[in-house]
Amino acid sequence: MKHVLALSVMLSAFWLINSGHYTPLILLFMVVSVLFVSSLCHQMDVVDGESQPLNLTFTIPLYWLWLIKEVTVANIAVARCVWKGADSISPSVIKVKANQKTDLGIVIYANSITLTPGTVSIDLSDNEITVHALTRETAADLLTGEMDRRVCKVEG
Amino acid sequence: MFVIPAIILLVVMAIALARAFKGPTLYDRILAVNTFGTKTVLLIAIIDFLAGRPAFLDIAIVYALINFISVIGILRFFEFSSKTTIEEEP
Amino acid sequence: MDILLDILSWILLISGSFFTFTGAVGLFRFPDFFSRTHAASVTDTLGAGLILIGLMLQAGWGLVLAKLLLILVFSLLASTTACHAMAKAALKSGLKPLTYSDQENSAEETTSKH
Repeated sequence: MKHVLALSVMLSAFWLINSGHYTPLILLFMVVSVLFVSSLCHQMDVVDGESQPLNLTFTIPLYWLWLIKEVTVANIAVARCVWKGADSISPSVIKVKANQKTDLGIVIYANSITLTPGTVSIDLSDNEITVHALTRETAADLLTGEMDRRVCKVEG
Repeated sequence: MFVIPAIILLVVMAIALARAFKGPTLYDRILAVNTFGTKTVLLIAIIDFLAGRPAFLDIAIVYALINFISVIGILRFFEFSSKTTIEEEP
Repeated sequence: MDILLDILSWILLISGSFFTFTGAVGLFRFPDFFSRTHAASVTDTLGAGLILIGLMLQAGWGLVLAKLLLILVFSLLASTTACHAMAKAALKSGLKPLTYSDQENSAEETTSKH
């Protein structure tokens, strides 16, 4: 039930941001459509802890801050590679292990790898992520496993 | 002050289109078209500030959604078609 | 205060444009598809992020700010998903990543110097 409630709050916020008209008629339309979509999603059985991960609400903002820092550092490194030319890159394909307990945690980890420039996750099977790394340094950074640890901590 | 970023974005979009024409593989073209789409979203957002009309931001949001769906759709389309669509590197 | 905000926003817009341009140059300079995805990722994360944050500083408090934030969050989510989908589809269709022979972890991949 709390997941349906969270979905309704998010949908209402989305409507309010995009609408910009706050007359009673339009607000009534909002209530009707939010109820319709929420009940539709509830009947399709897609509203659960995976689509509305409420248990991550308080742990994930800190992880986002760390991720933004990582992404900025990696961006500057890749930008330097671009201006140095193709000789400065050493592409490699590595496999890293994901130690998260749930599917959601593994997806967060794989998505964080892709979001960081210099590493792209190209395949995912069970607990193993195949990663294409642009340089030796980015591959070594990933193999230290700090990101893996932090995602495990987010999962709680 | 918004003119210079807009011009740079137009140049970037031209480069992405050139990559889409050049290939050499199908996936390079899809990557270039995806880059072109995300830059279009940024350009529309900047045009909103150039023209002073907030309605453009709604178009930017819709364009971002359509761009994402279309890239996924194209990938699904080629996933089920024959493998001969991949051209060899020269 | 207004002048300060203008200058900060100007710096963010210009550096965002620079990173976007860098990514576009990377699309041309990198040798194969898988390295080009990294260049596209530069334009999609820091390039788009800095430009949108620069615009946010000009927007003031209101709906425009919320919409710009929405575009930023959505473009970050969508670009990672699209990037992974493209890389995976390319790998599945038989495109081999260009790797270096001194990488012991990639023994099963084709190796080539260019």
